[in-house]
Amino acid sequence: MEFFYFLIRRVFWSLLVLAGLSIVIFLIARVMPGDPARMAMGPRASQEQVDDLKAKMGLDRPLVDQYGRFVVGLSHGDLGLSFLTKRPVNDDISETFAATFELVLATILIAFVVGVPLGVVAAANKDGSADNLVRFFAILGAVTPSFLLALLLQVLAGYVLHVLPTTGRLSPDSPMIANITGLLTIDTLLKGQFSAFLDALRHLLLPSIALSAATVGQIARITRSSMIDVAKQDYIEAGRAFGVPNRVRVFKYMLRPAFVPPLTILGLEFASLLGNAFVVELVFGWPGMASYGVRSIMQKDLNAVMGVVMISGVFFVVANLAIDVLVGFVDPRVRIRGSRA
Amino acid sequence: MSAVAVSAPLSATYQNWHRFSRNPTAVIGALIVLIVVLAALLAPWVAPHPDHVGAVVNFRARHLPPSMQYWFGTDNVGRDILSRVLFGYRTSLLLAVVVLGIAVPIGTTLGLLAGYFGGWTEIVIMRLTDVALAIPPLVMALAVTAVLTPSLLHEMYAIAALWWTWHTRLIFSITRTLSHQEFVEAARILGASRFHILFRELLPNCASAILVKVSLDFGFVILIGAALSYLGLGVQPPTPDIGAMVANGADFLPDHWWESLLPGAAILFVALGFNLLGDGLRDLYDVESV
Repeated sequence: MEFFYFLIRRVFWSLLVLAGLSIVIFLIARVMPGDPARMAMGPRASQEQVDDLKAKMGLDRPLVDQYGRFVVGLSHGDLGLSFLTKRPVNDDISETFAATFELVLATILIAFVVGVPLGVVAAANKDGSADNLVRFFAILGAVTPSFLLALLLQVLAGYVLHVLPTTGRLSPDSPMIANITGLLTIDTLLKGQFSAFLDALRHLLLPSIALSAATVGQIARITRSSMIDVAKQDYIEAGRAFGVPNRVRVFKYMLRPAFVPPLTILGLEFASLLGNAFVVELVFGWPGMASYGVRSIMQKDLNAVMGVVMISGVFFVVANLAIDVLVGFVDPRVRIRGSRA
Repeated sequence: MSAVAVSAPLSATYQNWHRFSRNPTAVIGALIVLIVVLAALLAPWVAPHPDHVGAVVNFRARHLPPSMQYWFGTDNVGRDILSRVLFGYRTSLLLAVVVLGIAVPIGTTLGLLAGYFGGWTEIVIMRLTDVALAIPPLVMALAVTAVLTPSLLHEMYAIAALWWTWHTRLIFSITRTLSHQEFVEAARILGASRFHILFRELLPNCASAILVKVSLDFGFVILIGAALSYLGLGVQPPTPDIGAMVANGADFLPDHWWESLLPGAAILFVALGFNLLGDGLRDLYDVESV
């Protein structure tokens, strides 16, 4: 029950954060110098045409009024019209978001599947050579520019080894895939299109490896230090004294509580993960939000850009809420006490 | 008492230096940072072809692989890549200095206020941090450059506008535990002003954490700056910028690999240096929380 109240409180704060986010984005879009209508119409449009578009988009009203309309629109999931495509921004974004979401999910999966065992191995051999190796690679992963790693992987896998596709989400000759979740690897599995699934997976592999390097390092580092902390606890010593087998002690009694800090870190890392996804998507021609966002920036399509920033923020907030639930699931102390330490 | 030779009490500075010099990661990191800073400062004198920094075209020497004359090879218009990397370091370091020069004082002050006063001050400041934390710095910089024009200055504003959050969170968590300790209580009873307590009592106790954080941040700000330039939204040509060099060189992969991979390695080198240094300082000052 405590946990339930904790979640209610978290949802409330999350809504507050989103409200703050909407103000920040509105301020960037409307108050900074630059005339969005003029940007949309181009320098050769007449003043009447620009004023006309302004009236149509409500840009001639007082700022407070504009913000009210912006928020009302947001609450309906309406991000406004794209100046450029003249389509609702949410239609444009929802098409690209699924691709970004799939990439980020795959990255997180890799980060945990690789990072946690590395952290455990490092903690078990504290100050040994395995530990030093893991720590070195954790730092290396954190400081390698994502675009450099992406380019390296592309050259290595695409040009030198010729094993994996280096651009896009699917091969051009692949069959039509029903749009259920928008995540190609899952949709193909649901429809039983196994060869298409393999194709989608092969396309997903390189971008998600390139994106995961920094997060793998972080997760390994945090898992290591939290395993070392947990190992100092009295109950672990008691377990040893009672003759609990080593394997049970490490995996059941140490790893589970040690799992909470990496989860928490993942929530904080999420923003930089999304940012790096922009770069990686561009290198691999991944048709996600980044390609859309960068194109919108080049074309000065203001509503589209603000939509992308807003969706990134919402993604961050929702992901952190999900992590809170997950932490409560992993760590019963959080469920009872009602907050994470 | 036998005549035991009591060694003279070593100064704290010397003790720190002694422990620092025994920490291989910290020493390697410090060396890398020193090399990069010197290279950036002395770029006009140490760069083999300082005139290749601007919009110079030398088509007879284009796409040359690394050699004794051009250590890092030449780019698609025949400019020496090493010289441009050295000047590019100036841009990278300037970006980091300005961003952190804005973000660290602001973030630290907000963290001190939130941690010491608590209550509504804490709620307002920490929720504000949550808002800023929800926006990826890279995406924010993209949005700002979309409204303004891409330039180094706008890039600095955009990154600094979000970077303070990390320092606020860090200083907040340290201050919150410190503000109930006796030395703060004592200062309060002696009638010290709030300003004195915040900046003379609490701030010095955060110094080592700030130092470690800033060292790590230098690397990460440089990485974000490079990513922005890679997307074409940072420093504009012909000013040499390492991220932009990687982007230009990427068109000529894999045949002319040096044009993108060597500048990329140069960014990795500087980010690695600051990170190793920060990691070593973290061990030295024993501030695991950073």
